[in-house]
Amino acid sequence: MINLPSTFKISFRALRVNKMRSGLTMLGIIIGVGAVIAMVAVGAGATQQIAAQISSMGSNLLIVLPGATTSGGVRMGAGTQPTLTMADAEAILRECPAVEAVAPTHSGTAQIVFSHMNWSTAILGTTPSMLDIREWRLTAGRSFTSQDVKSATKVALLGQTVVDNLFGDQDPVGHAIRIKNLPFTVVGVLAPKGQDARGHDQDDTIMIPITTAQKKLFGAQFPGMVRVITVKAKNAEDLEAAEQQITELLRQRHRMGQKQENDFTVRNLTQLMQAREESTRVMTLLLGAIASVSLLVGGIGIMNIMLVSVTERTREIGIRMAIGAKTWDIRLQFIIEALTLSLIGGIIGTIAGVATSAIISSASGWPIVVSPLSIVLAFGFSGFIGIFFGFYPAYKASLLNPIDALRYE
Amino acid sequence: MSLIEAQKISKVYRLGDIDLRALDHISSTIEKSEFVAIMGQSGSGKSTFMNILGCLDTPTDGHYFLDGIDTGRLSRDDLAEIRNKKLGFVFQGFNLLSRTSALENVELPMLYNGFAAHERRDRARQALKNVGLEGREDHHPNQLSGGQQQRVAIARALVNEAPIILADEPTGNLDTRTSQEIMELFVRLNQESGITVILVTHEHDIAAYGKRIIRFSDGRIITDEAVI
Repeated sequence: MINLPSTFKISFRALRVNKMRSGLTMLGIIIGVGAVIAMVAVGAGATQQIAAQISSMGSNLLIVLPGATTSGGVRMGAGTQPTLTMADAEAILRECPAVEAVAPTHSGTAQIVFSHMNWSTAILGTTPSMLDIREWRLTAGRSFTSQDVKSATKVALLGQTVVDNLFGDQDPVGHAIRIKNLPFTVVGVLAPKGQDARGHDQDDTIMIPITTAQKKLFGAQFPGMVRVITVKAKNAEDLEAAEQQITELLRQRHRMGQKQENDFTVRNLTQLMQAREESTRVMTLLLGAIASVSLLVGGIGIMNIMLVSVTERTREIGIRMAIGAKTWDIRLQFIIEALTLSLIGGIIGTIAGVATSAIISSASGWPIVVSPLSIVLAFGFSGFIGIFFGFYPAYKASLLNPIDALRYE
Repeated sequence: MSLIEAQKISKVYRLGDIDLRALDHISSTIEKSEFVAIMGQSGSGKSTFMNILGCLDTPTDGHYFLDGIDTGRLSRDDLAEIRNKKLGFVFQGFNLLSRTSALENVELPMLYNGFAAHERRDRARQALKNVGLEGREDHHPNQLSGGQQQRVAIARALVNEAPIILADEPTGNLDTRTSQEIMELFVRLNQESGITVILVTHEHDIAAYGKRIIRFSDGRIITDEAVI
């Protein structure tokens, strides 16, 4: 019959006798568990940040950029040659079956003034469908309408950062602001979205009808000129079809010959972001795997110490056997010792890992996600390591011949 | 059937190419409540015989019946149970667990047969009292004299009410006076409680406490006679 409470007591006592040794052995597990938790927290934080960026960007997005200008053989890069028009945007929506929504944009930067405050921000001239495509909600007021776009009215939706800088705690809806000295009426406030994938503050923006931007603010090289067309595909599977349909349509509309290069570029944002998310996830796994190696090394440390302990206490094992300890009494004694080492190490390691995560987070500003799952896993794994690496020394002890063990010097 | 019955027991150690015959067809019986001293020079096989009687070692050949049970048929754990319930050991070097109090040392055998904690404690206290160590329960072995340590070992051997005590040179590390006290304790246990005492020694005056002396030489019994 196995007496668990007493076995625990015996184990604790044995560990207390060699405090330094027990402590150092535990340190291996502490570092291992701590590293796993901290690394996974960093990785999970990065993954979550990217996932949040993807959802703030809107889903199933393509953007169409104008082509590059060539000036004396020097190509100026995508978007420099104005080739896209409002009509292109309308045609994409009308003729590409894989496309659900389209928002042309014409943007620039301008100084804005409200009362005695002023602020410089990005002005995005677009259509109301932009809000659907970006899945962007309003916290106050209303959106501008297609009627506003048709008649190029001077209305504006403000991002939260702009509101904070110009209005403070005031409700901006209904107030008039001046953009490049033109008066605009604030009709709504955009819900905060935070940083985008490149770290830009997405809330530092103002949305106005695209026609207003073209005609009254930034001008256009030709009527209906559009800088970017943002396209939402019907769903993720339609992204590639949409890309192909748009390319064909625009080549046709721009009357491009067979061998002529596109005078526009279609980019699949969603795929790019998903690839990034995937690579971050792989990185998390990798970091976790590397940290697990230190946990494994900690486990080997436990096994090492337990083997030493069995050898040192051969005589004790002999005495216990002589007075009636059975195979499993001896085994459990050593397994519980190893388990105690690894579980105490696991508890301290968990605390150390969470603390390290918090320190990394506050020092670097990275988002950190300590998931309960990683704690449960690291803790469970350290327990498993205790049993796994404790078993062999315990097994070895239980196989000793009582008479040889008693005679051991 | 006798309490202890050895039938043609041999123990052969193989050292390289040479077979060393530590016991050569030993047959003997010991009855309940006997006090037997086993004598012989070192290497005579007396300790090997003792270890086999104590189920700490197994014979190469022959049968050992303890209380009618053929121990050769038993598993490791069965033998552990027999050691726990039927045998009490007293060694020359005491073999107490250091860093463990006298009381806990005495409790140890009960740890392996399922006594409740308070019962262990009570019985261990009683056993220590029985060997004259009342008030020393919390002393650790290194705080006790050799004689006191051996008393703790005897209390440990008694605590499970084992019918047999096997003592291997129990006075080997003790001075003459303390040796006498320990031997008187064995005599008392034998007479008052009817415990079978089997004692290995090479000292005549220690062996003289027994009622029967078996002499070993070269792995054989040369004499086996009652003390008058």
